[in-house]
Amino acid sequence: MLAALRCVIHRDLLLAARRSSDVMTVLLFFVIVVSLFPLGIGPDPALLRTIAPGVIWVAALLASMLALQRMFASDHSDGTLEQMLLGATPLGMTVAAKVFAHWLVSGLPLVLISPVLALQFDFPQELLGVLTLSLALGTPVLSLIGAIGAALTLGLRGGGALLSLLVLPLYVPVLIIGAGSAEAAAAGIGGQPQLLLLGALLVFAGAFAPWAVAAALRISAE
Amino acid sequence: MGGGGSAAHFGGMNGRQPSSNRGGVLRPRDRSGKLNWFKYSSPQTFFPLAGKLVPWFGALAIAACAAGLYIGFFRAPTDAQQGEAYRIIFIHVPAAWMSMFLYLVMAFWAGLGLAFNTRLSGMMASAIAPTGALFTFLALWTGSFWGKPTWGTWWVWDARLTSELILLFLYFGFMALQAAIDDPRRADKAGAVLALVGVVNIPIIYFSVKWWNTLHQGASVSLTKAPTMATTMLTGMVVMAFGFWFYSIAAVLMRARCIMLERERASDWVVEYAKGPA
Amino acid sequence: MSWGSWSEFSAMGGYGFYVWGSYLVTFGLVAAEIALLALRRRSTLARLRLHASAARDER
Repeated sequence: MLAALRCVIHRDLLLAARRSSDVMTVLLFFVIVVSLFPLGIGPDPALLRTIAPGVIWVAALLASMLALQRMFASDHSDGTLEQMLLGATPLGMTVAAKVFAHWLVSGLPLVLISPVLALQFDFPQELLGVLTLSLALGTPVLSLIGAIGAALTLGLRGGGALLSLLVLPLYVPVLIIGAGSAEAAAAGIGGQPQLLLLGALLVFAGAFAPWAVAAALRISAE
Repeated sequence: MGGGGSAAHFGGMNGRQPSSNRGGVLRPRDRSGKLNWFKYSSPQTFFPLAGKLVPWFGALAIAACAAGLYIGFFRAPTDAQQGEAYRIIFIHVPAAWMSMFLYLVMAFWAGLGLAFNTRLSGMMASAIAPTGALFTFLALWTGSFWGKPTWGTWWVWDARLTSELILLFLYFGFMALQAAIDDPRRADKAGAVLALVGVVNIPIIYFSVKWWNTLHQGASVSLTKAPTMATTMLTGMVVMAFGFWFYSIAAVLMRARCIMLERERASDWVVEYAKGPA
Repeated sequence: MSWGSWSEFSAMGGYGFYVWGSYLVTFGLVAAEIALLALRRRSTLARLRLHASAARDER
């Protein structure tokens, strides 16, 4: 079974590499949105330092949401999804592999570039680790929860906006805890509780979301 | 049209039920005389029952609300700190209670429909959503109108108000998803998955928002922590809550009837019903 | 709780706008929900009858 999952991940990564513009657009969206906030709010350094974690987290949330539709749409249109539904590998595992590949392509780049963007906001250097770690733990959770939305709205008209409406309320705890970790660290009280909670959310989502996604895929693909 | 053949089996009653079928699970009492609850699990039999229940629950709702408002305005004393403005509590808190309760009930019916593949359960879940959303909106509106005179602003990022706002988005998401799907069976099942995921998330959302609120606002007065709640105030709130509950049942049954007429429009019983005196 | 007069009741100790703004919107929207449901029922039945008579005419 592991071979099958490795195959799924490899295939998704290969497809993403062939259409690398998809990946780049998400990353660029992230960077541009983060840059918009100072333009809208003003360049006051103290203010920017305070809002940095929140802004980066919200932008990461929106960017990862943009990428969600890609997760199942192409498989659905060329019939691969039906093969996965009928295949021997449990659908939940296949889904987990797909979400992981999706995160590698859409979530990990955001995590890696976030310290640079935080420096734009003059966020204290010693706290960059907390911010990056919070995103590293949080973006997979966003991919897992978002996959549920992507599976439910497969093939529907109004796709992107409907997907956002479904998925954003479910993202709220991740946002609060994730941004909260860096803010707590900046306030001097340490972000460990939030990071631990994020880890717990990741485990919880990793255990249960794939099955919800599988159920949703069966409903949408029949 | 389909139907005919073997008698209906309980659970997934798909297809058109020939209205002449008086046997099988539609028999009110089985051989031992016990009441057969599965009789009402088909739209055809539930429809008239719902029709009979609506006026009763409507009357109960009016009575309970009248009693609750009487207690609220003529029995409960003026609050020492908030003056007369606190009287909004008699609709704010019951509306908030109903908004959360209705979401749970909606998720319950949706889950039942998903597990047992029953059409009626899915119809009930769809019927509940708009009423639940209404109460959520009312909780937000009355909360806002209560906040302005007591806290000075129309909106406060209080933990409960913020959680209510997210609950409103959850309701809207459910309704939007069902509206976007043409096939009613797929809409039922997709909505059910969303509702169940939402139900699991609600405690998580509430606690994360509460934590966020305490971290950022420090010591501020909680909206519903009326320090010494006089018994009359509590009684008024509870009576109004019952009034809202009876009203919800009546409204949901009315809407369920509409949904049944729309979705089962090809069935004989609907055609018969539409012909007769409405 | 005894109110001195109707004007005292409607003033609600100066908070009349907020109290009545809440209550009127609440019961107004509730009434609107019922009215919309009644309308929905009537239009569904009208459409069903229309389809039934159209089907009958075709035969």
